[in-house]
Amino acid sequence: MNLGAFAPILAMLVLAAAFAVLSIVVSAFLAPHRPTRAKYSAYESGVEPGRLPQGERYPVKFYLTAMLFVVFDVEVIFLYPWAVVFRQLGVFGLVQMGIFVGLILIAYIYDWKRGGLEWD
Amino acid sequence: MHPLAQATTQPLPLPEVDWRAIAPELALAVAGVVLLLVVAFWPRAGRGVLAGLTLAGLAAAAALTVWNWDLERVAFEGAVSLDGITRYARAVLLAVGALATLMVAQGDSREGEPDDSPPEVFPLLLFALLGMVLLAAASDLLVVFIALEILSLSLYVMAGETRRLAAQEAAMKYFLLGAFSSAFLLYGIALCYGATGSTNLLEIADATGDPTADGTLLLAGVGLLAVGFLFKVSAVPFHMWTPDVYQGTPTPVAAFMAAATKVAGFAVFLRVFAGALGGLVVSWRPVIAGAAVLTMLVGAALAVVQTDLKRMLAYSSISHAGYLLVGVAAAATVPAGVSASMFYLLTYAFMVMGAFMVVQYVSRLGPPDDDAIGERSSLEDYRGLARRHPWAAGLLAVFMLALTGIPPLSGFWAKYYVFLAGIEAGLTWLVVVAVISSVISAFFYLRVLVVAYLQEPVGDPGAETAPGRTPALGVALGLAGLLTVAIGLAPEALIAAARSAERILG
Amino acid sequence: MRVGPGAYLLLSAILFAIGVAGVLIRRNAIVVFMCIELMLNAVNLSFITFAKTNGSLDGQVLAFFVMVVAAAEVVVGLGILVAIFRKRSSTSVDDVNLLKG
Repeated sequence: MNLGAFAPILAMLVLAAAFAVLSIVVSAFLAPHRPTRAKYSAYESGVEPGRLPQGERYPVKFYLTAMLFVVFDVEVIFLYPWAVVFRQLGVFGLVQMGIFVGLILIAYIYDWKRGGLEWD
Repeated sequence: MHPLAQATTQPLPLPEVDWRAIAPELALAVAGVVLLLVVAFWPRAGRGVLAGLTLAGLAAAAALTVWNWDLERVAFEGAVSLDGITRYARAVLLAVGALATLMVAQGDSREGEPDDSPPEVFPLLLFALLGMVLLAAASDLLVVFIALEILSLSLYVMAGETRRLAAQEAAMKYFLLGAFSSAFLLYGIALCYGATGSTNLLEIADATGDPTADGTLLLAGVGLLAVGFLFKVSAVPFHMWTPDVYQGTPTPVAAFMAAATKVAGFAVFLRVFAGALGGLVVSWRPVIAGAAVLTMLVGAALAVVQTDLKRMLAYSSISHAGYLLVGVAAAATVPAGVSASMFYLLTYAFMVMGAFMVVQYVSRLGPPDDDAIGERSSLEDYRGLARRHPWAAGLLAVFMLALTGIPPLSGFWAKYYVFLAGIEAGLTWLVVVAVISSVISAFFYLRVLVVAYLQEPVGDPGAETAPGRTPALGVALGLAGLLTVAIGLAPEALIAAARSAERILG
Repeated sequence: MRVGPGAYLLLSAILFAIGVAGVLIRRNAIVVFMCIELMLNAVNLSFITFAKTNGSLDGQVLAFFVMVVAAAEVVVGLGILVAIFRKRSSTSVDDVNLLKG
């Protein structure tokens, strides 16, 4: 097997790694160092981090939100093939996709009504 | 011009949508979605209302099944096939679904106790049934996978429907092992696709006779498919999850799993192995026959040592899967194997549901259930049942004797036809093992009756709580008992109906 | 240079085997679950490779469906795990020991 074709990829990997290491090292030496409490607190997407439990565990609520995101996000995968050929599929494709999106919408309404989107 | 842009100018053949072919499935899907919306907008709806709506959906699906009864065709370009297996499985599954709805409607809350089972269990039941009915009709491995996931995902959630720790642990075990087995099945599908160039069962059937197809790849794929299916029907050596899940999960859900997943699982097992892969029977029959021997003997032997009725029923369901595997092993060369297996599924579904209904009834008699262990189903709770609740004990006797296979109850004829098919297929040694396993199993079924009829009740009979009003459970028990006796008295009509399943469309 | 389909199939089989080993060895339910996802995605690689060698699109369609099913499994699985976690704040498989014969 000829590995020559991988040479550019290898070069890019080396360059990327070198750049990453270099910038960390350089910034450690050159950057001004003035710590404040706010800078050292965990970043929680704007949520007050004081409620985080000790250790490395995230509150369960993050999982629930992430789960909802994953399922609705991945359903969109079926829109891609349709988008490629939707002109030829015409009304047929539109109706099918309408049914599909309608079902997702019903799931969303159900989730909303049952309180799945409430934070607390 | 860019090749993609060129492609977009060509007209695209539109697939033909055969709404009638999947009308019962559509009815179940619509009913499930409607119930989901009812739960969303009216969370305080009573269980009676939800159960009524569920039964209405099942009735609609049943009516459409009858409407489609004489339809025999392959629809959606080979993705779904309507034949005897499809219609027989549809009828049995919808009946099982109705009985399960009644059990779930009864719930396990007693007078004055808050009901801890959420209303979502009704739409989930419908979605699970949708997956099962679709699985029985699937004639493309893609549809097999999707239908299997629809039913599995619904059942994982149903298993953990209560806040009880035991139910949630059961759900987790069922989920992790179920997803594990799905991955094997999927790899099997991938290898079959790679070897034959298609996921359609008809085309795979053609390719099995083609010498240019990659034989090794195909055999590996068939092996992985077998692992996945054996797991789903809880055959040894892939049975470990069954007792834990059946014991921990709420009794109505356990009954539904035991009866309905077996029906759907074996329907697809027959269609894929006896139908599409019938040409490779010499290769897979030893594997299936070996699994059948292990399943029958291990299931029966381990059931003997159980002290909890739900666990015992789980091992009993494992050994029944073994008898059904005898039918599958016979089915590839003997058409009677298909009809005998379908008839077995019909009788087994009602016997095992009836047995779980008695468990549900008796669990209402003792003190409140344990959060950790789940519902009360220890054999101790059945001591002297005949004196305290003669009707429940009588029905228990009917179901236990039917599961043993005592004539004239339905279980006898089920075994009789499967054994006959096995002998016809030249698997006499397998039938001998099945008879030995039946004799072992008689011991633990009859032991339950000895406990219920001959032993004195323990403790103070006054300490027993009243079961409360159980109209839904009473109706379900009556129906299951009636069917078990009636099928036993007149099996000819139903076995004749099953014969029409012998021609597998693919 | 050309990497043949055999290499992809081999990689897929290796990834699948790693997933199986992980499910059998690891004790944390979430890690077990991640290994199952690895198995599913290893199969996806096989589907894509076979779609290429067979010259049909079925394999790619299957891969799409597998991705969506995997996402649905993530949601159901994490839902069950979160429910258990709320009760006993541990997701080790060994702690799940109430149901023994």
